[in-house]
Amino acid sequence: MTEEIKDTQWPLWEVFIQSNPGLPYKHAGSVHGSDKEIAMQNARDTYTRRNEGTSIWIVPSNSIVASNPSDSDMFFEPSNDKIYRHPTFYVMPEGALNI
Amino acid sequence: MDTQQQILHYVLRLGDNALISGHRLGEWCSNAPILEEDLALTNFALDYIGRAENLYQYAAKLENKGHDEDFFAYRRSERDFQNHLLTELPNNNFADTMARLWFLSLYEFYLYNELCSSHDETIAAIAQKSIKEIKYHLRHTKEWVLRLGDGTSESHYKMQKAINDYWMYTGELFEMDTIDHEMLNLGIGINPQNIYSLWLKDVKETLNEAQLQVPEDSYMQTGGKNGIHTEYLGFILADMQYLQRAYPDAKW
Repeated sequence: MTEEIKDTQWPLWEVFIQSNPGLPYKHAGSVHGSDKEIAMQNARDTYTRRNEGTSIWIVPSNSIVASNPSDSDMFFEPSNDKIYRHPTFYVMPEGALNI
Repeated sequence: MDTQQQILHYVLRLGDNALISGHRLGEWCSNAPILEEDLALTNFALDYIGRAENLYQYAAKLENKGHDEDFFAYRRSERDFQNHLLTELPNNNFADTMARLWFLSLYEFYLYNELCSSHDETIAAIAQKSIKEIKYHLRHTKEWVLRLGDGTSESHYKMQKAINDYWMYTGELFEMDTIDHEMLNLGIGINPQNIYSLWLKDVKETLNEAQLQVPEDSYMQTGGKNGIHTEYLGFILADMQYLQRAYPDAKW
């Protein structure tokens, strides 16, 4: 009885925006685009209209390899009780800025 | 007409082309074939209307009668508008809009490129701001002409029809009248005939690449520059000016 809902739009692309040169690219969202040139322009029109970025990466959504939610316990929980992995036990020299 | 009046007309023509083009593109809002394209087209509309605003502000200064930019947009009649006929034609289908906007953007690309070095500082400054937007409009519309022309048999048919239908409105872009001559002599304006060959070369290259035929030159429509318009401009103005006509100086 379940009818499959088909996506009638163009292929999906994930958009990553760099807000300033040197900073990491951050995931901004996704857009549809018939091919990479159109997808790039759509990304520009959708996500950089308000001066959000200086550079864009786009990646076909089906090229993203995502971790499986069912692996979450094995992947992420072991690090919960290992606070020593955070460098919080060092005394910072006075006057050291930007650390 | 003295020189100041001629500069005013020149600026108004640039402004009218931008405003009417922008209004037409705004009609795609919520009607585009896909959400992303809806955003793109309305972005373009805003680029155009922003450009019109800048040009009308300058026109108000040149006119020196205490008018503001809204006066030129909302309080003038059909015969006062001096935009090219191409800008006022209906959007029709997506291929039609892309073909029309591509013809225009390519023309504007060469026009505003030269206006960047106009001896009139305000026109040069507006051109320098606009050329960046125009480059993008050109890129976007050209990509669509290529894709639809070299796409399916239906998209090819529709794009070829659009190119053929609008061809007779492209001649007017390169006409030269006394105002153009005077502006050229003063180093303020450009010679539209100089950019025609550049425009035509690019049109031919892109149409070839898109597997489309270059239409044969035949009768060219004219009149917009002198305020003689198609029946469509009246409907645009009725829609656009209704509020200011019914409630003059309304604010919100």
